[in-house]
Amino acid sequence: MQTNQILALFCGTLLVLGLIAFFLGRAKAAKVRASGTAMYAQPDQYAWFSVLSTAGPAIAVGAVGAFVMLLLGAEIPTLYLLAASLVVGCAGLVMGINLVRPDFHARKAIERVIRFFLAGAALISIFTTFGILLSIVGEALRFFQMQNFWDFITGTTWNPGASFLEAAGRAEEGASAAQFGSVPLFAGTFMITLIAMLVAIPVGLLSAIYMAEYAPRRVRTLAKPVLEVLAGIPTVVYGFFAAITVAPIIVDVSGVFGLDASFNNALAPGIVMGIMIIPFISSLSDDVINSVPDSMRQGSLALGMTQGETIRDVVVPAALPGIISASLLAVSRALGETMIVVMAAGMRPNLTANPLEDMTTVTVRIVAALAGDQEFASAETLSAFALGLVLFIVTLSLNLVSVIMIRRFREKYRINNL
Amino acid sequence: MSQSFDEISAQLRRRHRKSARLKWVSMGALGLAALFLVLFFADMLVKGVPAFQQAQIQVEVDYSEQASQLPLAAVKEDVRPLVSRGYLRLIPGRMEDNPDLLGTTRMEWVLADGQVDQYLKGHHTKLSGSEQAVVDTLVDQGRAELRFNTTFFTSGDSKMPELAGIAAAAMGTVMTLLVTLAVSFPIGVMTAVYLEEFAPDNRVTQLIEININNLAAIPSILFGLLGLAIFINFFGVPRSSPVVGGLTLALMTLPVIIIATRTALRSVPDSIRHAAFGVGCSRWQVVRDHVLPLALPGIMTGSIIGLAQAMGETAPLIIVGMVAFIPDVGASFTEAATVLPAQIFTWAGEPDRAFIEKTSGGILVLLAVLITLNATAVVLRKKFERRW
Repeated sequence: MQTNQILALFCGTLLVLGLIAFFLGRAKAAKVRASGTAMYAQPDQYAWFSVLSTAGPAIAVGAVGAFVMLLLGAEIPTLYLLAASLVVGCAGLVMGINLVRPDFHARKAIERVIRFFLAGAALISIFTTFGILLSIVGEALRFFQMQNFWDFITGTTWNPGASFLEAAGRAEEGASAAQFGSVPLFAGTFMITLIAMLVAIPVGLLSAIYMAEYAPRRVRTLAKPVLEVLAGIPTVVYGFFAAITVAPIIVDVSGVFGLDASFNNALAPGIVMGIMIIPFISSLSDDVINSVPDSMRQGSLALGMTQGETIRDVVVPAALPGIISASLLAVSRALGETMIVVMAAGMRPNLTANPLEDMTTVTVRIVAALAGDQEFASAETLSAFALGLVLFIVTLSLNLVSVIMIRRFREKYRINNL
Repeated sequence: MSQSFDEISAQLRRRHRKSARLKWVSMGALGLAALFLVLFFADMLVKGVPAFQQAQIQVEVDYSEQASQLPLAAVKEDVRPLVSRGYLRLIPGRMEDNPDLLGTTRMEWVLADGQVDQYLKGHHTKLSGSEQAVVDTLVDQGRAELRFNTTFFTSGDSKMPELAGIAAAAMGTVMTLLVTLAVSFPIGVMTAVYLEEFAPDNRVTQLIEININNLAAIPSILFGLLGLAIFINFFGVPRSSPVVGGLTLALMTLPVIIIATRTALRSVPDSIRHAAFGVGCSRWQVVRDHVLPLALPGIMTGSIIGLAQAMGETAPLIIVGMVAFIPDVGASFTEAATVLPAQIFTWAGEPDRAFIEKTSGGILVLLAVLITLNATAVVLRKKFERRW
């Protein structure tokens, strides 16, 4: 029988059993109550409890069985599994009906089950993090078994081309051995991130200052959503914009100055990424600046400082932890940003300080290694996971530092809503 | 040495000028951001709007015996390169479906080749001089014009720009988002309810909270790596399918929904809970019958925003293979599919210039849907928001 049919059979039988449990349980409870005995719970609650005690164990047995088959590869005939879970379901039904007694707390029992389920759901987010960590670390370790760790960290040549042949057992046909030196990739990533930050931090911070300190209420209510729109535009759209519109403009402009720019220059994705990040910085900085206590501004103005001096010397320094935290979050976003660089930056690993040349980034190489046909024995495919691991560690540390900084700020000024 | 009053007031003027400068500079920064937004939308509209129109030409179609074998023979030689090959390919099938056509000759409006389309829109074209002359005569006779492009909305991907459309990608997006919503909404709401209403304040709970905030800031491409390693390689979910894409996006959307739901739950005042407990409700009854209904508008708003984010996400979907070439509009959860952003990505990589227009058109559609979704979320919040 097909798995689908077995699943359908299982669900159907369980539904029938559940219905039986519900009506039997309710009828029994109603009868007990009609006889004048006081009960701890309502008949419906007893009915639901019977349903839970029927379906719960049956589903648990089925799930455990399926898991064992999938993970350990044990061969359990599916029909046996089906029969076993249904038998357990029937046993649960009998027990559930049996428990419909005046001195049984059906509501509390249901409560416990629900609590258990909710806690289980909450654990899924933990599993996700561990899943990311395990999957990346596992494959990255396989990569480091093939390639030297130090060569990966310090090497300046990224040339995975021949690894494909190696995996196919034709290593000697490839002209040169594959090299996985990640320095050019990280250099490219940091260059583009730097350009993005040079655009995003001044514009974002100044916009936040304007909105928090100067703007009339109407401008504020209008400007905030407009900036949010910038954050809502999909990155693939930004990527297209950077590649089709911004990059040619940069090539033309640098041509005017007699400079030679590549169409895949690092400036275009950097600038566009900076624009994308503006709202992240402005929105968080705006919140932080707004929560600097007014008494500090009043004190400063009372001492004869001008508005500008108050903002520069009092408000911004007070809000600095929050602003730095916002900037760190923005950096972590820029490092991990993929689509803009995939579409607008180059594919060629290039160790250079000239933003007009094409250079590639970590995320571009991850996509290049994993898009299309994959051979999981090949070092190139696995290198994506090694790069992913580094990316994970860097962004994780940036996020943690950012969280700690914002917490400090919050404690200093006793603000609860940040 | 003391300063004269003149010097002091000059200094004061300088300070005030400096102060005013900060105001103008900061205003300029905001203006710059707004200006960029305007430029961006203008650029996309200029590039994308022509995609909603497509050239059609009126030609004589000869349904001869020969045409059923060799569709090229159905049209005269001079207009042959001008007619879309995709249209010609359909002729034998149409003759089979409708035998009466055999032997007749009709004047028909047919889809023109992509190059004719580009020529009529005034773009660079690969048409030769004589072909351009033919098109010019057709225009003069009123036999060539730009019409609303229904193909763009009803067909799937194609290597021929005049036949390429977003329908397959739109279908894939809908199915992927269905999976995302079905997984992330219940789990997200349950997690938030647990953390906000049930959980004791201990180490485990704090760990979960830190973890959720952290998940929200992890680069999306790493979720793609997770999807590839766990869902595809480990659990054997079919590659490129809406299921694997939806699951990957669900894990990404989860933190957004959890954070939004927690905010919504927190905004329900405690007096409601106290009153419900006071009449003897259990904790779950309080949550189910009182807190959740009051928090629902906030939860919906957060979920819609999370869904809109997931809709525009591309990077993790590329990793799990959802950039497939899908010419047919299918509706299966386990077969290869593509989504709108991935379709935009694919078209952006096509060398043919006509695809720039298609890409921009797809972007306009995507942006329109996203703006509608976000506007719905704002309206929902405005309409149902209660201040206590």
